[in-house]
This record gives sequence, C-alpha cells and structure tokens, in this order.
Amino acid sequence: MEVELAVAVGGLYAAGIYLVMRRSIIKLIIGLSLLGHAANLLIFTMGGLVRGQPPVMHPWETRLVGGFADPIPEALILTAIVIGFGVQAFAIVLIKHTYQATGTEDLKDLQSSDLTS
Amino acid sequence: MIYALLAGFAVGLLAPVAVRALRDRARWLITLLPLGLFTYFSHYVPRIQSGERIFFHYSWLPDLEIGLSLCLDGLSLLFALLITVVGAIVCAYSGEYLSGHRDLGRFYATLLAFMASMLGVVLSDNLIALFVFWELTSVTSYVLIGFDHEREAARSSALQALLVTGLGGLTLLAAFLLMKQVTGTFETSAMLQGASQLTASPLYPAIFFLILAGAATKSAQIPFHFWLPNAMEAPTPVSTYLHAATMVKAGVYLLARFSPILGGTELWQNWIIPLGAGTMVTGAWLALVQKDLKRILACTTVSALGICVLLIGMGTPTSLHACMLFLAAHGLYKGGLFLVAGIIDHETGTRDAEDLGRLGRAMPLTCAAAFLTALSSAGVYPFLGFIGKELLYESTLNASLPFLFTSSAVFTGMVFVTMGGIVAVRPFFRGDAQLPKIPHEPPPGMWLGPLVFGSLGLLLGLFPGILHSSLIVPAVHASLGQSVALEHPAWHGWDLKLLLSIGSLLAGGAVFWKWSIVRKFLAGWSIFRQVGPAALYDSSLTLLEVIARRQTRFFQSGRLNIYLLTVVLTAVAFLSWALSRDELSVSDLLLHRWRDVRLYEAIIAVVLLTSTVIAVKADSLLVAIVALGVVGYSVALVFLLFSAPDLAMTQFAIETLSVILLMLVLFRLPRLKNLSRRRNRLRDGIIALSAGAVTALLVLAVNASRGGGKIVTFYAENSLVLAKGRNVVNVILVDFRGFDTLGEITVLTVAAIGVYSLVKLRVPSGEEGDR
Repeated sequence: MEVELAVAVGGLYAAGIYLVMRRSIIKLIIGLSLLGHAANLLIFTMGGLVRGQPPVMHPWETRLVGGFADPIPEALILTAIVIGFGVQAFAIVLIKHTYQATGTEDLKDLQSSDLTS
Repeated sequence: MIYALLAGFAVGLLAPVAVRALRDRARWLITLLPLGLFTYFSHYVPRIQSGERIFFHYSWLPDLEIGLSLCLDGLSLLFALLITVVGAIVCAYSGEYLSGHRDLGRFYATLLAFMASMLGVVLSDNLIALFVFWELTSVTSYVLIGFDHEREAARSSALQALLVTGLGGLTLLAAFLLMKQVTGTFETSAMLQGASQLTASPLYPAIFFLILAGAATKSAQIPFHFWLPNAMEAPTPVSTYLHAATMVKAGVYLLARFSPILGGTELWQNWIIPLGAGTMVTGAWLALVQKDLKRILACTTVSALGICVLLIGMGTPTSLHACMLFLAAHGLYKGGLFLVAGIIDHETGTRDAEDLGRLGRAMPLTCAAAFLTALSSAGVYPFLGFIGKELLYESTLNASLPFLFTSSAVFTGMVFVTMGGIVAVRPFFRGDAQLPKIPHEPPPGMWLGPLVFGSLGLLLGLFPGILHSSLIVPAVHASLGQSVALEHPAWHGWDLKLLLSIGSLLAGGAVFWKWSIVRKFLAGWSIFRQVGPAALYDSSLTLLEVIARRQTRFFQSGRLNIYLLTVVLTAVAFLSWALSRDELSVSDLLLHRWRDVRLYEAIIAVVLLTSTVIAVKADSLLVAIVALGVVGYSVALVFLLFSAPDLAMTQFAIETLSVILLMLVLFRLPRLKNLSRRRNRLRDGIIALSAGAVTALLVLAVNASRGGGKIVTFYAENSLVLAKGRNVVNVILVDFRGFDTLGEITVLTVAAIGVYSLVKLRVPSGEEGDR
C-alpha cells in the first residue's frame, strides 16, 4: 500500500500547491486544507504502515510487544490535525471578512492594506 | 579585578540618574571612577615591575572554552593606566564642555561603557573575550561619534567608523578561530608557550593577514586611515579619549600583544614595516593640508599610529622600547592638544586655524597648557616627546633601510613640530583674528585637563626614570616575549640623533612660519579626495544599497503566488538533488510492494485522488467543499485501516466540523472563477505536479531505507510503567510530550478567540452589504 499512498500524497501535494498559487482567496483556503492532509499522510506513510496493530496494550500486558504501529508519528499527526483545524477556522472567518470589506476575492486586488471601498 | 573591569558598565548605567539628580556636580562623582581605577591599577605596578604576570580567571562559557580570563602584564598595565588617567581627565572636562546638554547622562553612560570595554580589550587573555570587548569599543564609539545625532555629518561619520572598525573586528574573529584551530586554545598566555607552532603552521599567512586587517582598521592604517579624520565630528572629549589616547591604539596594542606569538617572521616585517611607514608619511602629509584644528590633530594621530606600527614591525628591543615610550608620550600630549582645540572651539566658536588668533591674553592658563603640550609634541628637550623622538630616530637608524626610514621619520617629526605650533601656539599669538565669539578663559574643569597633560609630559621627561622602570620596561618585555636589558633613556650628548632632532625642529619651525603658503600650495594638488580609499568606501556603500534595493524588489514582489513559487521551486530543486544522489532501491520497492494492497484500500486511494481532482477543478464552491470533505474522510479511513484509531476518530470529527464551518461561512460567496491567465495556470500546474512527484518519490525513498528507531522502544517499554497508560499515543500526548499539547491547546484558544472576535467585528462592508 506504500506505493499507492505515496502516489496519493504526491497528488494531494500537487493539488494543494496548485490551489494555493491561485489568485482566488477561496481556492487558497481549499489548497491549504489539502496541503494539511498531504503533510499528515506524508508523515503517516513515512512512519511505516502496519495493518491492525494499534499501539495500545492489552490489559494483561505491561509493555507493547509485536509489530505494533509507530506511536510517534501518530502523536505528531494528532496534534497537526487539531492545529490545522484551528488555522483553517481562523482563515475562513478572516477571508469571509476580507471579502465583505473589500468586495473582491482576487488576491491581486488585495495588495494594498488600505480599504478602497 | 572583575569588579574593576565591569565597574564602568555599572556606573555607566547609573550615570544618567546621577546627572539628573546632581546636574553639573555629577561629573566630579563620575570622575572618581576612572580615578579610583587608576589608583587600583597603580598598586599593581610593583608586582608587575618585578616581572610577575597576574592572572584572574572567571568562568563564562566553560563548555566552549570561553572564559573571562584576564592577564595583567606590563603591556596591559601601561594601557590600563593610560586609559584610566585620560578617562579621568576627559570625564571632568566633558562635564564643562557639554555642561547643560540634555543628553549629558547618556554621554557619560556611553563614555564609561567605552572605558570598561577598552579595559577589557587590554586585560583579556582569552581571545573570544578580547573580541567581544573589541566589538564593544566599536559599538560605543559609534554612539559617541554620533552623539550629536541630529547632524547628518555626525551620523554618517559614526556609521563609517563602525563599518570600518566592525569589518576589522570580524576578520579578527576569523583569525582567532584559526589560531584556536592551530594551537587548541583561546588563551594568549598559553599560546605563548608554543609560539613557534603558529608561525610554522600553513595557516600562518591567513592568520597574519586577518590580524593585520583588524589592527589596521582600528588603528587607522592606510588604506583605512580615512575614517579617523572624519570621526572628528564627535564631541572633542570623545576625540581626545577615543581618537587620540585609547581606542585607536587598540590596533597597536594587538600587534604588540601578538608580536611574540606571530612576529619575527619575514612576512611580519615585510608587511608591517611598510604599512607603518606609509601611514606615518601619509598622515603627516594629510596634516599639512588641513586647517580645521581637530582634523589636523586627527591626521597627526594617524601618523603617530603609523610610527607605533612601524616600530612594532621592526621588533627589536630598541624599537619596542621606542614604541611603548612614544605611546605614552603621544597619549599625553595629543590628549592635551585635543583638549586645547576643544577649549578654543568652545570659547571662540570656530576651529579654523586661518581665523584664529590673539587668544593669549584672553586665556593665559589655556595658553600655558597648550604651550607645554606643543613642546612635548615637537619633541623639545626635556619633554617626554623628546625621548620618544630620540628613540624613534635610533630605531630607524638601525633599521634595514636607514636612509629611507630616517628621512621619513624626520619629515614626520617636522610635521609634528609644525602642527603642534599651528594648534597650540598660533591661535594664541597670531596678530589678527576673525572670531564669532569673544573668548574668555574657560572654567577650571576645562583648562585643568590640558595643564595636567602638559605638566605630566614635562615631569616624566625631566625624570624619565619614573616611567622607564615602572611601566616601559615591563611593557617592552611583554611585547618582546622575553626580558632584555634596556638602556636608561637620558641625555646622550651630541650625536646623530640629536642633530636630526634639531634639524626637524628647525625645519618644522620654518614650515610653521610660512604655513599658510605651504598649505595652499599643497592643497592645490591633493588628488586623494577623488580617488582615495574614502571614495572607494563611498562607492561601495552606494553599491551595497543599490544591490539591496534590487534584491528586495526581486524577492519582495508583494504577491503571494510569487513567494510560494520561490519556496516551492527551491524545495523541489533541493529535494530532487538529494533524491538523485540517493542510491536507494526505490525501484525495488515499486516492483515488489505495490502488489501488497487489498481491494478496499485501493478503492480508498482512488476515491481520495479523484475527489482531490474534483476539489481542484470544481467551479461550484459547494462541490469543492464536498470533495474536500471526501478527501478528509478518505484520509481518516487510511488512518483507521493502518492501526491509528485515535487519528481516525479525530479526523472524522474535525472533518465534519470543518465541512460544516466552510458551508456556514462561505456558502454566500460567488462561484469559483479562474482568475489567472491560462499560461500562468499551465506554469503553476507543471510546478505543482513536479512538486507532487518529488514528494511521492520522497515517501518511497524513506520507506525503502527506514530502520528501527530507539525512541519507539522507549515509549513501548515505559508507557505503562512510567505513565500508567496503555494507549501509547495518548500517553505521549498528555504525559511524555505534555508541554507540546499545552502549546497546541494555547494555539487553539488563540484561534478560537480570533474567530470569535472576527465574527463579532463589524467591518465597513463592500458589495455584500449586511452580514
């Protein structure tokens, strides 16, 4: 599955990068979101794929044994998902306001920090 | 000792408070510090005289072998005494000179900080400590030269001095690191043990030239001499202290300090002797064409520094003896001359030697002080300057090219006679004058300084033994690296040196007599203004600004997509370079592992990619958001299938939330349009696809090469034992890496506050109207 996921990661990166380079501010948001997924999957795949062996102990064990999945990338990604959501929420509200204040979604028209309306 | 060293910084901090509270009386209090330090350092004289070297060590950064290790020997003691005695006089003097100035407190603070840094330079045994203090003197001198910061000229001269000396400081640091590489230590005293190690090393030429650059910039040797006359924009007490007595001598100190470690080679002599001689003559020549009193003095200082460097380059006991004595003599008489020039400027409002005159009757005490210092500068018997000059001639007569060096030394001596006269005699006795103000005798705080300098020059000249055995001989020993018997300087009777001395006096007197004519004649064909190093400095500064502006305009286009383009292209370039060097079996992985896939997993991957494409291509916002949601759920499924249930749960929850949020906030926005031109879209598409390909390859390469990590084992072993948790991911988040999670919560809170306040915010609306 590594090969397939590598392709998926590549596809997500390509899509994310393409969208953040667009002039539409909404596409920028979607692109950011895709880039977040891409980075999470990148870390996840790099950490190694293990089927059906979560890093959780059975009640009778005192330590993890066997071919369990690596808990470190999982901990990292968990943090990243939540932070990514925080960023996304803030960006969405900010962009909504920008759009209302300036009446444009084109980044090219937003180069000046002064309100022109 | 460390208190003595750092007292300047501490008192400097308090100085503004003292000035505010006590006003003009504060200067006497502040003068007590350098005076006290002078007494403190003088009590070491007997121990140093007996040949002792006193070490003090204070730990600083022991892991990097950087310590505040101080070493007091003859050389540093001579400098420390000079720094403190001139410091005391300057502190008292500047209280009058800048009396009532609104920034007097700041002035004292910087001046004292400078004094402490200068003491640090001459006392440090550790090279890194020396470098730090060296740079501190550059920085404080920048502030002091630009003290009158509302004038453009003061600011640009301050910057010039900082750039030139700061550049030298950096080369010095490079030299010190190389020296550490060769000897394995930062301590100068330890390097002295294996002195031949450095001169024999293949790095020696590099070290030598870097040190030389540091010394030459600080001590205003050609071609860096131009900053010193320009630094005369500083208030006169600063010029007295920094540009006559102490800071500019730091380069001389450095060469003298390293002379036993790096000196004695052909390279050393072949470069330092011409450098010093060239500076000596250049400075003297430039002095002849100036008519601003302070610039005259600055040019003769350049010349005097050249003399010191020349004498160190020769490296014989006699020449080092001459150097140390000349250092002391010059510090005293040049300090005095500067203070006199300051008084004249302060009382008459002009420093133009062509306008000054008839001051003798108005200020008799200043006149007496000026006379004493001018005689020492001219090298008249029995002043200290006389002994200095005698020893200089003796050294040049014994040098390899006696005629060349002696004639240039005699020429310089002649200029010193003339210029001492121009600054300290002519303004007092000349017949006519055009003065902006009617001059009066200045208050005692001002004339006392030059009088002390002048009398010291006379006293120490009359009784040369005082200085000789107590300071000069130990200083010569320190810069020679061994002790030798030095002849006691005294009246030698009629010999060639004396004849030369008399000759330069007479010639100097003659030039003094006809100075106006000589100056105008020489100024006529002075071409250095257009092609000299100062012009080079100016044009390189302009060039730097032009490059900076172009570079800024190139990189800072102000458009997000251009920035991203730069970042992505750089990342792709580096990653593909790294991957192309990697000889990992990515192809093996491709061949064997792609079949290790189950049908439902393949379906998830296909769904993920398809919905990604839809999210990119969609022109309806709703479609794009739904496609984004599908991508998020597919990712969550991947997490679920590959042993990350916590991630899957979080991803499902968050994805649901964010789809709802996007819908709520964005659904009123218009349809997605293609704003960019087709050409740009194609360009971005190609770049994005190549970035995607590179990341895919990166994932494969990492998977092909992954080894077992040790950290995982730690968590696997200790999760239950140390943190009482069976879910290792949870344990990592809330226990082992608890602070990270705290940071994460903080970020979320900040984001939540931001969202809330934006929602509450009423913005002036554009087309959309109500919200």
